Amino acid sequence: MLSFILRRLGTMALTMLCLTLVVFFLINLDPNLKKLAISQTEMHTSAEQLESWLVNHGYRQNFFSRYAQWLGIAPKQPVINPETGEPTKRFSFCNDPVVPTFSGVLQGDFGCSTKFKTTVASKLFPALGATGILMFWVLVVMVPISLLIGILAGMREGTRTDRTLSVASIASTATPEYVSGVIFTVIFASWLGWLNGSAASASRGITFYNFTLPVMTLAIYGIGYIARMTRASMVEVMTQQYIRTARLKGLSFGSVVVKHALRNALIAPFTVIMLQFPWLLTGVVIVEVMFRYQGFGYTLVEAAGNNDIDLLLGCSLVSVFIVLITQLISDVGYAFLNPRIRVQ
Amino acid sequence: MQLEYIGAFDVVLGVLARFWPVWIALVVVMGASFAYKKRLGLYGQLFDSAVGIAGVGICLFWLFTAIFASTVAPFNPLAQVAIMKDALPGAVEPQSGLVYLFGGDKLARDVFSRMVYGSQIVLIIAPAATGFALMVGITLGLPAGYYGGKIDTVLSFLANLVLAFPVILLFYLLVTPGIMDTPIPYAMAGLFFLFPIVFFSVLFWTRYKKRPDRLYILLGLTLIIGGWVYAGLVFDADPFRIIHIDPNQLNIFVAVVFASSPGVFRIVRGLVMDIKTRDYVAAAQTRGESPWYIMLWEILPNARGPLIVDACLRIGYTTILLGTLGYFGLGLAPESPDWGTAIKDASRLLRSFIHPALPPTIALMSFVLGLNLLADSLREQSMKD
Amino acid sequence: MNEAVRNPAEPIIEIENLSISFFTRKGEIPAVMDFSCTVMPGEAMGIVGESGCGKSTVSLGIMRDLSNIGKIVGGRIKFQGKDMGELSEEELRAIRGNKIAMIYQEPMASLNPAMKVGQQLMEVPLIHDKVSKEEAYKRALEMVRSVRLPDPERMMRSFPHQLSGGQQQRIVIAMALLSKPALLLLDEPTTALDVTVEAGIVDLVKGLGEKFGTSMIFVSHNLGLILETCDRITVMYSGEAVETGKIKDVFDRMRHPYTQGLFRSIPLPGADKNSRPLISIPGQLPLPHERPKGCNFGPRCHHFVEGVCNAAEIPMIAVEGHEGHFSRCVRFNEIDWEALPPGAKKVNERIEPGAPVLKIEDLRKYYKVGGSEVFGSSGGRVVKANETISFMARESETVAIVGESGCGKSTLAKVLLGLETASSGSVTLGNKQIESTSVEKRSVETVSSIQMVFQNPFDTLNPSHTVGSQIIRTLEKFNVGKTVADRRKRMLELLDLVKLPRAFETRKPRQLSGGQKQRIGVARAFAGDAKVVVADEPVSALDVSVQAAVTELLMDIQRKNKTTMLFISHDLSVVRYIADRVVVMYLGYIVEQGTTDQIFSPPYHPYTEALLSAIPIADTSVIKKHIVLEGDIPSAMNPPTGCPFQTRCGYKKLVPDNLCETQVPPVKNLGDGHMSLCWLADDVLAKMEPVIKFDKEHAAHEGVPDDAPQGAAGPGFAGAPPKRPRGKRPKLTDG
Repeated sequence: MLSFILRRLGTMALTMLCLTLVVFFLINLDPNLKKLAISQTEMHTSAEQLESWLVNHGYRQNFFSRYAQWLGIAPKQPVINPETGEPTKRFSFCNDPVVPTFSGVLQGDFGCSTKFKTTVASKLFPALGATGILMFWVLVVMVPISLLIGILAGMREGTRTDRTLSVASIASTATPEYVSGVIFTVIFASWLGWLNGSAASASRGITFYNFTLPVMTLAIYGIGYIARMTRASMVEVMTQQYIRTARLKGLSFGSVVVKHALRNALIAPFTVIMLQFPWLLTGVVIVEVMFRYQGFGYTLVEAAGNNDIDLLLGCSLVSVFIVLITQLISDVGYAFLNPRIRVQ
Repeated sequence: MQLEYIGAFDVVLGVLARFWPVWIALVVVMGASFAYKKRLGLYGQLFDSAVGIAGVGICLFWLFTAIFASTVAPFNPLAQVAIMKDALPGAVEPQSGLVYLFGGDKLARDVFSRMVYGSQIVLIIAPAATGFALMVGITLGLPAGYYGGKIDTVLSFLANLVLAFPVILLFYLLVTPGIMDTPIPYAMAGLFFLFPIVFFSVLFWTRYKKRPDRLYILLGLTLIIGGWVYAGLVFDADPFRIIHIDPNQLNIFVAVVFASSPGVFRIVRGLVMDIKTRDYVAAAQTRGESPWYIMLWEILPNARGPLIVDACLRIGYTTILLGTLGYFGLGLAPESPDWGTAIKDASRLLRSFIHPALPPTIALMSFVLGLNLLADSLREQSMKD
Repeated sequence: MNEAVRNPAEPIIEIENLSISFFTRKGEIPAVMDFSCTVMPGEAMGIVGESGCGKSTVSLGIMRDLSNIGKIVGGRIKFQGKDMGELSEEELRAIRGNKIAMIYQEPMASLNPAMKVGQQLMEVPLIHDKVSKEEAYKRALEMVRSVRLPDPERMMRSFPHQLSGGQQQRIVIAMALLSKPALLLLDEPTTALDVTVEAGIVDLVKGLGEKFGTSMIFVSHNLGLILETCDRITVMYSGEAVETGKIKDVFDRMRHPYTQGLFRSIPLPGADKNSRPLISIPGQLPLPHERPKGCNFGPRCHHFVEGVCNAAEIPMIAVEGHEGHFSRCVRFNEIDWEALPPGAKKVNERIEPGAPVLKIEDLRKYYKVGGSEVFGSSGGRVVKANETISFMARESETVAIVGESGCGKSTLAKVLLGLETASSGSVTLGNKQIESTSVEKRSVETVSSIQMVFQNPFDTLNPSHTVGSQIIRTLEKFNVGKTVADRRKRMLELLDLVKLPRAFETRKPRQLSGGQKQRIGVARAFAGDAKVVVADEPVSALDVSVQAAVTELLMDIQRKNKTTMLFISHDLSVVRYIADRVVVMYLGYIVEQGTTDQIFSPPYHPYTEALLSAIPIADTSVIKKHIVLEGDIPSAMNPPTGCPFQTRCGYKKLVPDNLCETQVPPVKNLGDGHMSLCWLADDVLAKMEPVIKFDKEHAAHEGVPDDAPQGAAGPGFAGAPPKRPRGKRPKLTDG
């Protein structure tokens, strides 16, 4: 088991390395750098001025050496002020080193946000915290509801309950966040006025009034998906022979479901829930933009829209990390839930 | 100037009437399918259940809407009639006397017409991108599942790499105006569009190696048609000027194929690993068949059921993705009538007007719902065999 | 608890005219019609029939567990005097698992994979006797002991997948017996197990049944098994019971043509491929909604008389002179039971084998398992699938390779066909060495000259292509015929050869029955005039009545083409019937080889002896020496040291110096090419007795043709008089 986890961690590190390299490459494509330079300088600057801005801020160093610096396996080089000839900070609003130091992601330095004029860390982590709260409530709503729907539907295949719940879950998987968000806002905010169509105020304090719509919107898409997986898994388990064994032992239907079917039926949905995170991440971006909630997704859109290189890199790193760690948890958890795998 | 309005009932009637070519086509196709369902194989079996009929019906509805868009839509989707700005549903456009059935948006365009034309964009890009993703996923998934070992390790690693990218981030990186200045989208298009040509060439080569009469015809056709489409799509050099794609659409297309082929790859790989243990595969091996013959002719046909189901779901998912792209204003032109862009435009103004938001949301939802119902019903039916 | 000792005259279960139907979208499908049977306390009733005859539905009907589409549409089931149909859901639950318990085919599937064995066992007393947890644990442990499992405490803590198939089935049996049920339903309880393991389970069930006085209903397709376990038998065909009676009456004096057909199509001792070939039942089982009027067996019966057999539904008719013997045949008093069906009596000339075609010398095949894919394989283990395999097969000869799971017979087939390459040693086909050429590198000629018939009929044909196109493709690969038309002609000829209508050309495999698919498999193997055909259990997945037809077909074509056949099987009855020479394998080694006569008569290798004893034989006149092996077959991943068979061998103590556990025995020549891998000294071998003997008193039964061999005519049988009364076995001891 330990060697399995270690091996997975190794693969994970390799994946992160590859992915960050790709992201680094794509963000630093020439057109993107030009766009950054334009947004960071005054209007109507000449091409030479743009180029010199890029040089002055260290964007024209060798690609791999910059990647190594960002990673923290090569010392970060200060930029040389062309007028004084002295090494200076890259950006005045960050604590970039003035002497070459190892200061990259591995050392905990995520760099400098050009859009928010502050360090990436001071922008990214509060945003992550805010999103964490959102995710927590989403999971609290989504997981029990979807499992319940799935189990109720799959328990007795082909009944009216099953068909109704199945169609409902199919409908919910056909409703992406930007659709359900609009519909819910129309119904609950515009017509009924029960809920707030914006979650901007949630940063200062979460209330039922301002937080329900984002949570509901985010949960609805996942509910359908997980419920369908649970149903499929439950249906399959209910046709297994050991369920018949349990029934013919004289157990009541309720105990058959609770004692024998549930545990086996929940193995698959567990994996699904864990693998939902990459999906949820997209949803988080949509919902946070739609409801103006200052979280991770909002930051990511801002960073991407303004070509904020370090911030976008930070965001990618975090999201890729989340995806990979949930995959790991899902694998380990699967092995834990399924004794057949555990021993091997 | 005061706008004239027609009543809610008339709006409903008007909408139903505008769709007349769609209704006719639906009745003809559904009626014929229902009458001959016994002879239509898996497709015919769909008509045995209410869910299946609903799925087919909804999908065909949008297909015909896309085909007859110019007849159904009363207005040009891009035309702005200043007086109709933010007009409520049922407003009569004074010049032509036609009705803005679902009202006007903030740029005074007809919401109904935009919704109808939006279906064209979705129904072209989503199935085509899914088709290419299938080609890529199948061509790579077959050897990964069949050979296992190093090939599998490398390909699976690459697939997981792409899957580990949050979709939204991938699109922010791949579908930006800046990237179109670089050769990256064209290189990717060049790579992806090669897969179908390779796939069909190998398919025919392995099967008809010993029957040159057929082989040369089929290979020739594959290379001519494939090369023609390839030239048109990748180099925009179609000598007949029939096949052409906008650079920004090509960009979206490539990004969507890139994002969804690893999913297909994983499914195909899993199916192949299962099917290759069957005796008929061993029988093919013992008569000395080449590995690619076995993959393409012995294994792939038996994986078609789950793949068709997956393709349906995937078209739906791609539709959602396209909507997401539109919602974030990525790739598509800002005035484009596609549903995602329309939802983005409308959702900013929800506090004042809700009518421009509802038609595209409901359209998108119903189309995806139709595809999901279709997939679900296909799965049910194919399990019964 | 249920007192098993009730009024002995009162039956435990009485089934009267039971009819069960399944209601599907296609309408009502009758699965069981007019089924009656009675089981007395302590009695064992066997229900026998082919797949689809409704025998499992009967047992589920007794449990009233027919899923939501099955319904009892007629008749009654009375259990201990109470009508099961009138019981409420709750009363039913009190009976299930308590008074009636059930054991079925797949032991692995019957146990909850996520629950420890102990917990699953303890559930039974916890539900039905409402005892404390400690008491439940105690009872469960005791029961695990009495099913003779090693290390019961550890067993209780294990998950099902940690046990072997035989151990799992013992756990399932323990679970069923925990509440001391009055009636035990066994639905093919040993079909998924190896023969030697099966023998142990059968032994256990019989012993425990006697110990607890449990009545049993034993559902099986295997007549031999029924003979060994039951007192009475009911034969089912197409949803109906066609004959019922005491074992001896039905086996020795059957009064239904179907029963007789079954007995004639199984290779009983005495059948011989040359002098007395098997007689198969023509046609196939009717589909449930296409059953004929009158006698269901009518269309396949050669005693069928128009207007008599299909006039009306036929009731069960009592057979005079036999108590409780009934037959669903209106003509059984008119039929000459001795007569062979017209055209069935053919005697084949014995064919002398020719020059050696296939020679295998010192062949080894090792696999590497484990190790990581990404970081290179290190620390992987080596599995020795084949070890020092040497034998030879001549032209038109049938060599049987016998062994149970894990013995390496399938690996051997793979190496021969080039799906794997050998680790060392040589395989010579004709005059070519082929052991290290994989199939892709073999010439077309080599590929077409060694072909295979696969085991599973449902898997052997690709479901996506038509039958015709699959055969044509094979011909194309083997360079048979120049044009498409040539190949099509040849394909049609092949269909004729395997006795299938030419219309099958355009059929998809799913439109074919199992036997028909297997025929196509045979046609494909012989498409390129193969010199050697490897048949991997070609009939074991087929129904009994179809088995005979396919076996005969295979041999006819072999005879005509002078093909060498390697017949892989676990069933010694079939092997004795079909093979000229036999190779017995165990855990990768050849433990014994020789002619069929040599293998089936002493001296034996201890494993062969046990295997012979384990095979159930459906002949009341046969007396077997009773040998039950302890434990299970060791895993090939972790083989024992020394002799591969030493962990289960009963003769180990007769070998001095612990040689069996330390060294692999030498190959011993017992004369005339009879080889045995054993340390046993010659004097021990000389003292071995035949495992199977004929009891002369019983040898003459009715219904067996007069030319059937009596006494020692069949290979390897001794006609010595019986030493002990038939059917009595040494009593089992507990623990």
